[in-house]
Amino acid sequence: MDPQLRSKLTRRPLAVAKAAIDELIDDDHGLTTLVFAYLVSAAWWLVFGTLVGLYLSLKFVWPELDGVSWLSFGRLRPIHTNTVFWGWSSHGMVGLAYYVVPRTCRRRLYSYRLGWVALGLMSASVLAGDLCLAAGISNGAQEYRELVWPVMLMFASGLALTLYNFYRTVVGRTTREIYISNWYVLGALIWTLTLITISYLPFYQRGFGETVIQGYYMHQGVGMWFTPMVLGLTYYFLPKFLNKPIYSYSLGVLAFWTQMFFYTMIGSHHFLYSPLPWWLQTVAILFSIGMIVPVVAGTANFLLTMRGSGHALRSSYAVPFLLVGVVYYFVGSMQGSFEALRSLNLLWHFSSYTVGHSHITMYGFVSFLIWGGAYGLLPRLSGREAPHLSIGIHFWLAFIGLMIYGVSLSVGGTLQGLSWKHGEPFQNSVVLMAPYWLWRAVGGTLMFGSHLLFGFNMWHMLPGRTPALPEPLTQEPARAI
Amino acid sequence: MQFDLYERPALLFGLVFVVFLALSSVVAIAPALDAQEKYEPLPASEPLSPKAAHGLRVYIAEGCPVCHTQQVRSLAMDSQWGRPTVAADYARLRGMSWWQETPGVLGSERVGPDLSNIGKRQPSEAWQLIHLFNPRAVSPWSVMPRFRELFTVDAEPPAGSVVVPVPQRFAPAEGKVVATERALALVAYLASLKQAPLGQPSQVNTAPSIVTGTGAGLYAVNCAACHQPTGEGVPATFPPLKGDPLVNAADATAHIATVLHGAEGRVIGGVKYPITMPPFGDQLDDEQIAAIVNHERTSWGNHVSTVTASDVARVRKGAAP
Repeated sequence: MDPQLRSKLTRRPLAVAKAAIDELIDDDHGLTTLVFAYLVSAAWWLVFGTLVGLYLSLKFVWPELDGVSWLSFGRLRPIHTNTVFWGWSSHGMVGLAYYVVPRTCRRRLYSYRLGWVALGLMSASVLAGDLCLAAGISNGAQEYRELVWPVMLMFASGLALTLYNFYRTVVGRTTREIYISNWYVLGALIWTLTLITISYLPFYQRGFGETVIQGYYMHQGVGMWFTPMVLGLTYYFLPKFLNKPIYSYSLGVLAFWTQMFFYTMIGSHHFLYSPLPWWLQTVAILFSIGMIVPVVAGTANFLLTMRGSGHALRSSYAVPFLLVGVVYYFVGSMQGSFEALRSLNLLWHFSSYTVGHSHITMYGFVSFLIWGGAYGLLPRLSGREAPHLSIGIHFWLAFIGLMIYGVSLSVGGTLQGLSWKHGEPFQNSVVLMAPYWLWRAVGGTLMFGSHLLFGFNMWHMLPGRTPALPEPLTQEPARAI
Repeated sequence: MQFDLYERPALLFGLVFVVFLALSSVVAIAPALDAQEKYEPLPASEPLSPKAAHGLRVYIAEGCPVCHTQQVRSLAMDSQWGRPTVAADYARLRGMSWWQETPGVLGSERVGPDLSNIGKRQPSEAWQLIHLFNPRAVSPWSVMPRFRELFTVDAEPPAGSVVVPVPQRFAPAEGKVVATERALALVAYLASLKQAPLGQPSQVNTAPSIVTGTGAGLYAVNCAACHQPTGEGVPATFPPLKGDPLVNAADATAHIATVLHGAEGRVIGGVKYPITMPPFGDQLDDEQIAAIVNHERTSWGNHVSTVTASDVARVRKGAAP
């Protein structure tokens, strides 16, 4: 081999060099500890919840895997979904918001103690909920409403304390306007508390009433909690990490109000062709198409903010996570709008396609944005970075894993629906899924592997030891928010 | 903004709350209240027995609705599961206890078959119990978990206990499989899932599909669960149809009569089959029964004369074809 080329190859680093974090932005030890407590808790629930998910995916390949009651698919599946919803994603988002809200209000958090109590309530409810589900104690209602009300009340109390804490912080802000992140974050908390209350009150849920509420709940539970919350955080992190203002404030405003008006109306698209009133189904479909407005407005706003910042994408390890999150926000939401069309819904509904869709959204969109925020913020708080290589491996395992997961279930789910549409015997739709379920497990394995690395990286970023970074170089640039 | 919406938190977040609550009232609370009050149970439906109600609690605790829907959409592709479900089908459901909501049985995914009408489609208690003990004993392709904890293994089952005739390959090496109370309750609930007649014909396009209009499709839906898609049955549990003397008899009367009226305690080829075969005469019309009989008489190497719907009609009336 040409010696020059050889030396070039050996000198090439294993991974693209990323810039180290060079500033410490906060010396508020109390807040740092609180934010880390939420994120460590989130990382634990992520590892646990997706270990359960991975185990579930193996059961499709080896149905004889075990014969233990509390490991049975029907009990474990809600443990997986509830853990990654209320454990991982919620803890991660709320934890980051405990930093973003006071920061954008330019004041201290109203109460640290309330923040800790809220964390205790939320974590305790996830733990209690998992134990209940494993023991076969279920609320009886359908997806994401499996936790019995005393457990969900604990979780809601945590959210209520957080809302109160954030609201008092916003009221005492030193900025003139309320920054857009706070509309999204506080809006999400208000909507979700209202939603949980409406969906757990029993007065209108006898008989078919339960189904009406279920359509409303299962959709809003995702789109009026995770979506606005994580978008609100991105409205802070993206301009912050790129060190430039958001492209258009007005687009953000448009997206916010249309999100509320349109999204609230569309839950019933989970029960098309059911006995739900036809007008309600049609309203749901129309507004599902209407969702293109906030989705395009939000995505365009983020992408246009990123335009011209290719250097940041190359040199930062947090921004690539944000970019993937924004792209999957668009992909997953568009997919959702199309799934609501009657002609496509009849094919995809009930099939594994919808499971692929929920991972594209909850994972590609929500989880990637949380990771982006965490990797960008936490080292700046603690002064300790994780190895860039293991962050890079986390990124690629999660990205490729999700790609395999999403493609296999989208293709397999479509074939499943076609098999039903052609009137084939049901077993055909089970047999044909075997390779796609296997690939799903492969994708899931990669995803789970990336979560172990996230845990490892979290451990590296933990504060409390000698800061590895220099003292703060400058005050935070004023234009960053 | 002239009224400083974005500078006044109480106004901004008050608006966010009030608008959301108003929209929620329109799309959730009002229609839910309406659905709860408007729909009475169908006159021909029956309330759950205490045993079946216990079974429903098992059904929820084990998360059965995660994979099994109870929602037949008003689409031809769903017609193999029964008639389209109507809101009144769910009208008897109530909160199960002070800490539990109304059970959500409609489901959102169909990893396994829809169960709206399973009580009619698969009424055999023995089949259900074997299937719960190990689904692959009767459906080799199934990915359903086995519910081992719903059964005990007893060397000498006490009198009155329900012994499950598990096929030998799946049975424990020693002792007999006995169904627990939870298993029997769950099966009682499944048996109760029978769609009540609507009183008026459904308005859905029920053009026959493969599974409702052809012998192979009808066999797959109604017969293959026990006799298997291969026609080979399950050794000592469900008799084979392949090469069976009754199926291959030149005179099809006994064959038609068995499908119409079911069978019990038959001894075939020296083997006594313990499980009762349900009658299909009340679920399928003459046309469909003839299609099934002909499929069985001409598949898996069976090769005998076929029958017509009028032959079935004659056997139904008790006459020879």
